[in-house]
Order: sequence, then C-alpha cells, then structure tokens
Amino acid sequence: MSTAAATVHYTSTGQDTRKIAFWTFIGSECLLFGSLIATYLSYEGKSVVGPTPEEILNIPLTSVSTFVLLMSSLAMVLALAAVSTGQTRYTRVWLATTAGLGAVFLGFQVWEFTSFVHEGLKISTNLFGSTFYVLTGCHGLHVAVGVIWLSTLLILSFRGKLGPEKAMNVEIAGLYWHFVDVVWIVIFTVVYLIQRGPAA
Amino acid sequence: MSDQVQEKTHAHPSVRIYLSIAAILTAVTVVEVGIFYIPAIRGTAFLAPILLLLSAGKFALVVMFYMHLKPDSKLFTALFTAPLLLAAAVILALMTLLGAWVL
Repeated sequence: MSTAAATVHYTSTGQDTRKIAFWTFIGSECLLFGSLIATYLSYEGKSVVGPTPEEILNIPLTSVSTFVLLMSSLAMVLALAAVSTGQTRYTRVWLATTAGLGAVFLGFQVWEFTSFVHEGLKISTNLFGSTFYVLTGCHGLHVAVGVIWLSTLLILSFRGKLGPEKAMNVEIAGLYWHFVDVVWIVIFTVVYLIQRGPAA
Repeated sequence: MSDQVQEKTHAHPSVRIYLSIAAILTAVTVVEVGIFYIPAIRGTAFLAPILLLLSAGKFALVVMFYMHLKPDSKLFTALFTAPLLLAAAVILALMTLLGAWVL
C-alpha cells in the first residue's frame, strides 16, 4: 500500500468515511437552517412595531454580497481542481480568493447589521429583528468558520502539506463552503426578495 | 486495509463547466433582482413562485455541479436529500400551524 493510500479511509460502501460523515453533518445543518427559516417565515409580518423588512432591507447591497458569495463558490471549485492536479500556485491563489471573498461577504454583513442598529432595529426590537438577526447571524457565523478553515488550508499549502494526496481535505472544506452558499441562496430569496407585508 | 477496496471515484466536472455554472448563477441572480423591481410583478401573487423557482434552480446547480452530487455516489444524494425534505416539511408545518400562509 502506498503512503498516500494509507491516509484514505474507505468503508464497505467504497466511499471515504470522512465524506460520508461530512454529508451526514450537512444533512443535520439542513435541519438547523430549516428550523431557523421556518421560524422567520412563521413570524414574518407579525411585528407590532417597526422597522419592517420593507423599510429597512437594502436589496442592492445584498445583491452585491450575494454575487460575492456565488463567486467564492466558483473560486472554491477551482481550488479543488488545482489541488487535484498538483498545481500548488493556483491552489493557493484560489483558496486565498475564496477566503477573501468570504471575508468581503462578512464585511457586507457587519455593515448591514451596524446600519440596521443605527436605524433602530435591534435583536429585541420586534419579531422581525429577532428572527432576522438569528437567521442571518447564524449563517454569518458559518461563513466565518469557513473563512478560518480555508485560511488553515492555505497555511498548510504554504508549508507544503497540501498536495494532490490531500485533495479530499479541500473537497470536504469545499462541501462546507458550497453548503453555506446554497443556504444563502435560500435566505436571499425568502428574506430579502419575497417580502410579505403584515398578516391580515 | 485491503487493496481490493477502492473508492468508487467519479470524474468531477471540468473547469469549463464550473465557469458556465458561475455564469448561469450570476445571470439568474440578475433576473431575480430585476423581477423584484418590476412593479407589475412585485405586487402580485406571481412574485413568490417565480423567485422560489429561480432560487431552486440555483440551489440545484450548486449542489449538483459544485458539490458534485450529480457524478458522485447516490449515497451522498440520499444523505443530503432526506434531511432537506424533512427541513422543507418542518417549514411548511410550522407556517401552517402559525397561520403564516399569506403570500
């Protein structure tokens, strides 16, 4: 058995154990975000005081941050393609790009939260504030974890410890990053674009 | 570990496909935001279904091509789809329970 093969953990299904475990984790994350989205939608339009989503959400700004996150997913798959083919330089470039775009997305979110607080929307202001901050804040926390994870991979690459034999490590980090992206695709639609007024 | 056990690997999409998917995702996002600003659609019951359909399309593209569910083992599809459907059921159930069906 080769040294590289020794680091791979197969199961009787023929699949890598880490990949099976990570898809199971992503499944559990679906339930977490499903619950948070369900809570947001169930209480949407039921705030008795403002500010309301129509008054405060900044669609142009969030559209740009959505684009940034989508492009970070592209950079992530390009990093995986590069590490799989042993292109060390491009692996670093694309990992750094992905982490950088993730950091930019977080910057947009910090700016958004700060401006909302200045406009009078705090987590305790109304039902919209509570559900909005918990949902988008939980997503932002996931993005922050992803940025740290990608930065760790970048450091490993600079230390010469991220060759093609470790491509699975990048693939699993990529699964996490793309999941964070698809969650935002849903949040952007149901929270920002489909704004429902007060319940009748 | 036995050499007979090998991972059932599947070829990942090419860089060209990755770039094409990114272009489609960008175009669909532009369409979504554009639709949001069309007064004739914004105030109607058509807005939510159209946006949800476009969003589902983007979701599927990322999951199938960037997360490689399309070429990968069906086991991963099952591990992802089952909780996803359960989460969707939770959303629908909670919205129904709390009378939030005002689109």
